[in-house]
Amino acid sequence: MEIKHTALAGTLESSDIQFTLSKGTGVEINLNSQVEKQFGKQIRKVITDLLAEYDIKNVTVRAVDKGALDCTIKARLIAAIQRATDTQNQPNWEVLG
Amino acid sequence: MERLRRTMMFVPGNNPAMIKDAGIYGADSIMFDLEDSVSLTEKDTARMLVFEALQNVDYGNSELVVRINGLDTDMGKADIYAMVKAGVEVIRLPKTETPEDVVETEKVIEEAEKYFGIEVGRTHMMAAIESAGGVLNAPAIAKASDRLIGIALGAEDYVTMMKTRRYPDGAELSFARNMILHGARAAGIAAFDTVYSDVDNTEGFNHEVEIIHELGFDGKSVINPRQIPLVNAIYAPTEKEIRNAKDVLNAIEEAHKKGSGVISLRGKMVDKPVVARAQRTMALAKASHLVDEEGNIYAE
Repeated sequence: MEIKHTALAGTLESSDIQFTLSKGTGVEINLNSQVEKQFGKQIRKVITDLLAEYDIKNVTVRAVDKGALDCTIKARLIAAIQRATDTQNQPNWEVLG
Repeated sequence: MERLRRTMMFVPGNNPAMIKDAGIYGADSIMFDLEDSVSLTEKDTARMLVFEALQNVDYGNSELVVRINGLDTDMGKADIYAMVKAGVEVIRLPKTETPEDVVETEKVIEEAEKYFGIEVGRTHMMAAIESAGGVLNAPAIAKASDRLIGIALGAEDYVTMMKTRRYPDGAELSFARNMILHGARAAGIAAFDTVYSDVDNTEGFNHEVEIIHELGFDGKSVINPRQIPLVNAIYAPTEKEIRNAKDVLNAIEEAHKKGSGVISLRGKMVDKPVVARAQRTMALAKASHLVDEEGNIYAE
């Protein structure tokens, strides 16, 4: 799946995470998290696993985490992917759930 | 025994902090909102947040409800598909005007259940009635689908349409409340009252809960966790009511053992409606932690 344009999802409120996806070469993840030391590895894994499920191979991911649960990280990244690929109202059910 | 639904707590669908904590307040039902509390630009992100939360967050024994966007919007169908796939218990229709609105939504729910290989009929529905036309159609709406577990009054749009506003005595809602309650009862489903938005006015809130409790509503929609214990306190039976209910249930058990149908207790006939009321009193007493599992009053 190709990133068509830059897209953002999520907020900078507590318990949330904000993703900005843009076109890139290969997968590049810039993570800024309050809990980087403790959970940075886990957050990156959630991101890379989901990108792989969507078969996104070229993307630059900027993530600002404010203590989001894994399910919130997934939800915000899915929303950002849908926005970046113009598929908000046609979710990819094969990948979801 | 039917499920208790004293409180239905509204949770905005685009607020991760509130979604995460929604299960800790002991609401009988939690209603995640994808409709009015979510801005038009965040409908897609809210849908995914609720979709993931339903599958991953532990909400204990609370019944899980999602208010979707109407099928007259381009979000409605995707909302239904996502919530059905996530396994939501109840889909709440907003702004229900006619029984056909329920039937149309049910068709899409069934389509989604079949698409995902989910048992047809597993997803329940409830309908919010928020207009003069909806109120007049309440009895027909309540009978429009076997999936319906209840109908609810949404008062803000309704009072605006009726050219009035909310008043402390609730006279402006009297007709709507009674229509919805009678519609629900005639169909054998639950009736939910509207929200009370002045969260700092405890006296006003309690007064409104007392009104709907007396009328016979199953419960009230709440917008702040602080309102939950207030509703539960008003719905909790008194010790005298619990003792009477226990006597009724003991008497009917004795009668059944003897093979007798109709009995009397302290000179009053005990028949089916009296037994049903006693059973509901004991269920409320248990939910209010006033009795143990066997029905013994804790203070004894």
